[in-house]
Amino acid sequence: MKARILVSFKDSVLDPQGQAVRNALHTLGYDAVKDVRQGKVFDLELGDVTRAEAERLLPEIAGKVLANVVIEKYAWQILGD
Amino acid sequence: MKFGVVVFPGSNCDADAYHAFRDVLGKPTTYLWHKDHDLKGVDCVILPGGFSYGDYLRSGAIARFSPLMREVCEFADKGGLVLGICNGFQVLLELNLLPGAMLRNKRLKFLCQYVTIRIENDKTAFSRKGTKGQVLRIPIAHFDGNWYAPPETVKEIEDNGQVVFRYCDTEGRLSEESNVNGSLNAIAGLSNKRGNVCGMMPHPERAVESILGSEDGLVILRSLLEKIS
Repeated sequence: MKARILVSFKDSVLDPQGQAVRNALHTLGYDAVKDVRQGKVFDLELGDVTRAEAERLLPEIAGKVLANVVIEKYAWQILGD
Repeated sequence: MKFGVVVFPGSNCDADAYHAFRDVLGKPTTYLWHKDHDLKGVDCVILPGGFSYGDYLRSGAIARFSPLMREVCEFADKGGLVLGICNGFQVLLELNLLPGAMLRNKRLKFLCQYVTIRIENDKTAFSRKGTKGQVLRIPIAHFDGNWYAPPETVKEIEDNGQVVFRYCDTEGRLSEESNVNGSLNAIAGLSNKRGNVCGMMPHPERAVESILGSEDGLVILRSLLEKIS
């Protein structure tokens, strides 16, 4: 089973890297871009687990290890079997 | 007073810390391997600087799960002295032994330079050999030292006197410019509420002999020689 976890800064936390990317886009003339938030993508290959088990495991892994919940938020999705 | 320096894969200031405590201060000092479950009877644990596990995921995030960290947490819970320097500070934040988290430096640059820091609280086990307001010249070398916490946490640690060091100019004044990495309230080092765990980004172990450019780090390291009464 494949799953994806997305980690990015909370809205309340300044993201200087995202701002640098936004500024670069503006320099290139992409003025339509109002804001950029940079994050991380984790693609996980899960072994022999049921969908229910995956739904329990993914937020646990994300909250405990992949994201630092002081500054980051996470989202997860199951991509397919 | 016996010191233990934890060694993770990627630690690179472990030998500096070992030298500072053993050779400069003349105290019994031992290395503590991160995979062991033994603190070897030390009175103070040092988490040194470096790039444990290559800083993968986040600085300090993987070191947090090293076997020895269980013993370090138990040791801290019992009131044992723990000092985290640079990457060691990041590990303490990831372990939740200290509040907050590190963001990338405000100008997105790795900073390797001398800074001046001011002692904010001279009653702690990490600063008692100094005096409040004293300015220390100590080097930093980090990419992620921009300390952040939610406003209520910042207020709490300020109210509790947990801020041990702040970035300042050479006269001890706070300014936007002297807060090199952008840390909230210019915090360079802080302790837990109980006062037995401290993390700091500057490297006192690199400022212990005049040939190195500064001896100011001795104020901090010598503070550790007496146990908290």
